[in-house]
Amino acid sequence: MRNSHLTPGVVPGRLSPDDYHDNFSDKAPPFDAHEAAVAADRCYFCHDAPCMTACPTTIDIPLFIREIQTGQPKAAARTILEQNILGGMCARVCPTEQLCEEVCVREVAEGKPVEIGRLQRFATDALMAAGGHPFARAPETGKRIAIVGAGPAGLSCAHRLAMHGHDVVLYDARAKPGGLNEYGIAAYKTVNDFAQAEVAWLMGIGGITIETGKALGRDLHLDTLRGTFDAVFLAIGLAGVNALRIDGEETTHIRDAVDFISELRQAGDLSKIAVGRDVVVIGGGMTAVDAAVQSKLLGAEHVTMVYRRGRERMSASEHEQDHAASKGVRIITGAVPVRFIGKDALEAIEFRYTEETPDGLRETGQTFRLKADQLFKAIGQSLDGAPQGLDLCGRKIAVTGPGRTSLPNVWAGGDCASGGDDLTVTAVAEGRDAAEDIHAQLMV
Amino acid sequence: MADLTTEFAGITSPNPFWLASAPPTDKEYNVRRAFEAGWGGVVWKTLGAEGPPVVNVNGPRYGAVWGADRRLLGLNNIELITDRPLETNLEEMARVKADYPDRALIASIMVPCEEAAWKAILPRVAETGADGIELNFGCPHGMSERGMGSAVGQVPEYIEMVTRWCKEYYDKPVIVKLTPNITDIRYPARAAHNGGADAVSLINTVSSITSVNLDTMSPEPSIDGKGSHGGYCGPAVKPIALNMVAEIARDPETAGLPISGIGGVTTWRDAAEFLALGAGNVQVCTAAMTYGFKVVQEMAAGLSQWMDDKGYKSVAEVTGLATPNVTDWQYLNLNFITKAEIDQDACIKCGRCYAACEDTSHQAIAMSADRTFTVKDEECVACNLCVNVCPVEGCITMRELPTGETDPRTGKPVQDDYANWTMHPNNPSAQAAE
Repeated sequence: MRNSHLTPGVVPGRLSPDDYHDNFSDKAPPFDAHEAAVAADRCYFCHDAPCMTACPTTIDIPLFIREIQTGQPKAAARTILEQNILGGMCARVCPTEQLCEEVCVREVAEGKPVEIGRLQRFATDALMAAGGHPFARAPETGKRIAIVGAGPAGLSCAHRLAMHGHDVVLYDARAKPGGLNEYGIAAYKTVNDFAQAEVAWLMGIGGITIETGKALGRDLHLDTLRGTFDAVFLAIGLAGVNALRIDGEETTHIRDAVDFISELRQAGDLSKIAVGRDVVVIGGGMTAVDAAVQSKLLGAEHVTMVYRRGRERMSASEHEQDHAASKGVRIITGAVPVRFIGKDALEAIEFRYTEETPDGLRETGQTFRLKADQLFKAIGQSLDGAPQGLDLCGRKIAVTGPGRTSLPNVWAGGDCASGGDDLTVTAVAEGRDAAEDIHAQLMV
Repeated sequence: MADLTTEFAGITSPNPFWLASAPPTDKEYNVRRAFEAGWGGVVWKTLGAEGPPVVNVNGPRYGAVWGADRRLLGLNNIELITDRPLETNLEEMARVKADYPDRALIASIMVPCEEAAWKAILPRVAETGADGIELNFGCPHGMSERGMGSAVGQVPEYIEMVTRWCKEYYDKPVIVKLTPNITDIRYPARAAHNGGADAVSLINTVSSITSVNLDTMSPEPSIDGKGSHGGYCGPAVKPIALNMVAEIARDPETAGLPISGIGGVTTWRDAAEFLALGAGNVQVCTAAMTYGFKVVQEMAAGLSQWMDDKGYKSVAEVTGLATPNVTDWQYLNLNFITKAEIDQDACIKCGRCYAACEDTSHQAIAMSADRTFTVKDEECVACNLCVNVCPVEGCITMRELPTGETDPRTGKPVQDDYANWTMHPNNPSAQAAE
């Protein structure tokens, strides 16, 4: 007999094949040409546009929208990609409601911004569908650069360096390139294996070699890389996962949300992925939302996100919170887990309410329990395996200016480096800027 | 609701909205539908002489210009006059007029510039019971190559001659339809007037190519890879039509000549503007072709509502209200001084006013770091460009400087007297004001 949303425990196959298909199809389907023309026509072509300032990669948004409006989506894509080579992925995953669209004058005036993200996707999709690569490589310089980590920062840096004529070797610890684009984003945000398609397209510039399954500290060592290459760019992300530090964290069906999200993205058949009937996600960021929403989409009956502080402190945007709520995820704020209940498998979780005080967050002593047969932890990732000899800033690699570390000829960017917002688009900007700095230094 | 009954050149209709002679009025079926929808009158699609009818192209007849969301702004056509036999049209006209005696039914006519041709067709038109005729001296395409349509409308002597024949052989009102494809619309209007016309109607369509197909390098609409200029109409031509109507309305030589206003009438407001500039009624085509005959209901209701709000009792009362305010540039008051003013609460900080002024005008708008835009009165020449490019209606307005206030741009106080170019010291032929 097939399982349903009422089947107790953590089981696969709660839905019909059609439901799996519908639940994990494109979250924001692409514009057709007419929709794009109408959406583009709403842009006022602002002077010194606020959207452009708000974009971490400073894409000339009014210009690319006007290019769409005048029927040249491929020219629009070029405008985008000159600033942000992963413009296709950013169009899908950027929290535009907190960036360009938040400051759009039409958002301010009428609460309805120009749909910049979807327009960007329209343009970049058109260019990628046409095939080929829009940029040409400069004559070879003979310089070689090692990049560790093929996520957004690494890819962006690699492309820019290759464009300037350098040879790049791009290492990644996992089996596929893409980093969080491939392993860390909800499946319905980037359907049809887009992350891999984008990497393949980006490689079209030439001069980049990818070596997967190579981890820093295991297969690669910074000292060796520094000796072999003219420069090194570290974009190793945050491989560590924060723990709750509660007894019984090893209990069955308590796991890290990032692993769950990654498993989902790599799954060939979603009906083989087990999910609980009563799922609880601890955390208030995008990872928590992605885990919670996807649990619901896999057929869990009840999914609850619990965040320790107030709703306004959640790093998931209001848009993301609304999206979760629209999928039936319940969000509880101001509570922390204190005890797992259950003998062999998880049965329930006890929480304590919290309150903000001048001395910080304090537990009130009042408690409640949530029935739970599966729990996902999404309380943040941390730097893991940073090479010796690099100065740290807090828990990240310290960088100054365009990603310069404390070691000569070593740059860093993306989530592993200090500064930035841990967004894909920020990582792209950091990778690009580091590449320009590396290029400038190598070509002196 | 204000009564919209209109008397135009002796022809009464229940409202001032007539369908212009064009594809929508080509046959009985369409015209009956139009009358059922509420149109006050119909100018039947242009009739040609007895004999084999003209033929039309068998490819596309229309080209278009679109705005946002594919809103049709301009339409271009290469269709000729009716391609159905004269007899068929005349029989249908007679039936329709008999069934709708309260509506205006006008026969549009285009036959060769020979007295015999007009003498032959006019009695037959008269038999239909039509309320009047409209002489098609306007079509710029196809027929003009055969010496008719705008080929006549471009020669005032021909207009006067043919009009005179019509007045001789036909005893109901004769309306002369004018082409805008000339240099000064007053000359053909005067010719029609001199020939005894009861009214003029304008504008007919503007010679045009709407677009070029950049793959085939053919103008659109394309017939087997070639294109021919067509007649342009729709909202895009309204400003041209308004000016031509006003020019005739304020010309002393044609004073009092009834004008049927045509050209881009799409809403009640367009109609009101034509009336205000001197039209006695309006004719509509593109709006009906775009939205269907039902649009007349919005036009009639809107005009009537506006007349109620303003206290106007009849369409005739509205006709010409704005005509006295149309003047020549040289008579505009140079002592009237305004400055742009930005409503900071309404401003959405897009900066278009700044870009327009800084790049293309007088550098009279300042932009602060926090995107506050303010007018520099000492630079503002009151050109109004910022008002026109601002996406928020009413955000930027022009403030009239009161008498005595110093204009920071010139450093001179505003004078309360009227002074125009003819009196200005910079004008070499200025006449002294005293």
